[in-house]
Amino acid sequence: MGRMRAGTVAWLQAAPMAFVLLVFLVAPIVMITIVSFWQATEFSIIPAFDFDNYEFLFGSSVTYRVFLNTFKYALITWAFTFVIGFTVAYFLAFHVRTLTWQITLFLLCTIPFWTSNIIRMISWIPFLGRNGIANSALISWGVIDEPLEWLLFSDFAVILAFVHLYTLFMVVPIFNTMMRIDKSLIEAARDAGANGAQILWNVIVPLCKPGIMIGSIFVITLVMGDFITVRFMSGSQSANVGRLISNDIALLQYPSAAATAVVLLLTVLIVIAIMLRFVDIRKEL
Amino acid sequence: MEPRSRSFYVLAAVFGLFLLFLYGPTITIAILSFQGEGGGLTFPMRGTSLYWFRDLFEQQAVGDIWGSFRRSFALGLMVMITTVVVSVMGGLAFRKKFVGSNVLFYLIITSLVIPSILISLGVGLMFSQSGLTVHWATSGFGSQLTWTLPFGLLIMFAVFNRFDKSYEEAARDLGASPWQTLRHVVLPIIAPSLIGVALFGFTLSYDEFARTLLTAGSYNTLPLEIYGMTTNVTSPVLYALGTLTTVFSLVMIGVFLCVTWLATRRKDAKGSDAGSGMV
Repeated sequence: MGRMRAGTVAWLQAAPMAFVLLVFLVAPIVMITIVSFWQATEFSIIPAFDFDNYEFLFGSSVTYRVFLNTFKYALITWAFTFVIGFTVAYFLAFHVRTLTWQITLFLLCTIPFWTSNIIRMISWIPFLGRNGIANSALISWGVIDEPLEWLLFSDFAVILAFVHLYTLFMVVPIFNTMMRIDKSLIEAARDAGANGAQILWNVIVPLCKPGIMIGSIFVITLVMGDFITVRFMSGSQSANVGRLISNDIALLQYPSAAATAVVLLLTVLIVIAIMLRFVDIRKEL
Repeated sequence: MEPRSRSFYVLAAVFGLFLLFLYGPTITIAILSFQGEGGGLTFPMRGTSLYWFRDLFEQQAVGDIWGSFRRSFALGLMVMITTVVVSVMGGLAFRKKFVGSNVLFYLIITSLVIPSILISLGVGLMFSQSGLTVHWATSGFGSQLTWTLPFGLLIMFAVFNRFDKSYEEAARDLGASPWQTLRHVVLPIIAPSLIGVALFGFTLSYDEFARTLLTAGSYNTLPLEIYGMTTNVTSPVLYALGTLTTVFSLVMIGVFLCVTWLATRRKDAKGSDAGSGMV
């Protein structure tokens, strides 16, 4: 097969994917960017080219507060998912001894990923509600006298739901890199006199860096782009950028929603670009 | 075998708690969906009954649960088949160098990390401004593909990174055409992983919410319907629905896993008969 032919075949094979991405990813981004310069009346949107939406966005203190809040959610969720995800992956990779058990327990961790996020959020209600399990238990143990009001519909609930939904995204890539660590490296470290903590910190963590990075990218982008978890779990009391956008959409203020969306996309891409500097994703699969 | 260290037991306990954290809430609503007729959204149970499940099967005051389930199921199958075919083709393409492969790769990564609401908003605007009607089978379908295709392609990368090229070379040396090599050598070898891609395609579509929000049109998919219910339904019927769709998801996952397991076993059992004629 000639060199030309191979190139053509690859092109044809990639064409359907390229087509889907052009129509449903690139075109929508272009559309949003265009509309972000448009104007809106109460009933319709009008083509224009002005920076009103952006001026309004950057001129409002709400924007900064909401962006800050979004980063706060991302950072706290990242910290929790990282610690939990790393511990779980470490247990699976280094303490479970047979492959069959490793696969079984790993599947147990991943199955919830294939079920509905909304249902998984709803399922916290009987736990965290005013008369929920947590409050009843704490009252019966005598820890508190009155039900805690901040369990459900609060930042606490938002973070809890994020950690619940997204820890999987940390476990999977970290477990993947851990499984590829040559066990003789660990034995060598042990023979050289390293203790458990030293092996963990000086051998395992550095070798897991790519997995940690991929997991972090997943968690941070999912949290930053979220609007539904924050809305549902905070009982509409907290805001992040996604909610700012969805509120504008609900009010049919598409140009202003589009402007916020453009800024959010740029923010996310900058964060990812910084993180990708530390890892080559394609090599790590 | 060396005895378990103390850290094993500590970590095992942490792992157990993690599983409890993952599954506890879901199990709780599964129990509460059998709540008696007078019961509420939290414990205590006021008797047990199938009242709320029966409620689901009766004419609904709000929405159209069964219609939305049928749509979600159909859409899931559409997305699943498309994801498998397009991802395999994409995976094959990326094994060779081609002009624009880097751009396409970065588009895939963008598709994975872009906040879902942007796809929803962008596709919705695009359709409305060009006078097309949004519909779950067109705009909704395309929007969901932007979420399932990256997963499909990344799995294919992982598969082909581990793929032994000598099988193909052997086939080629024996005079197989590229198509024959693909059909009789490559596809059978990667078949179990394709079931994995199919599982991702179906379940991610079946549960997708954000990307379908503004692109499904006047007929809701199931997640949209459930979301609508969260704002105006405050009875355990919500849990009954949640339990049913979770059970449905679990059954689907079980089916996919069984098929994968069988396919792998069949492949191993049949194995290669290379060399058997030599003796």
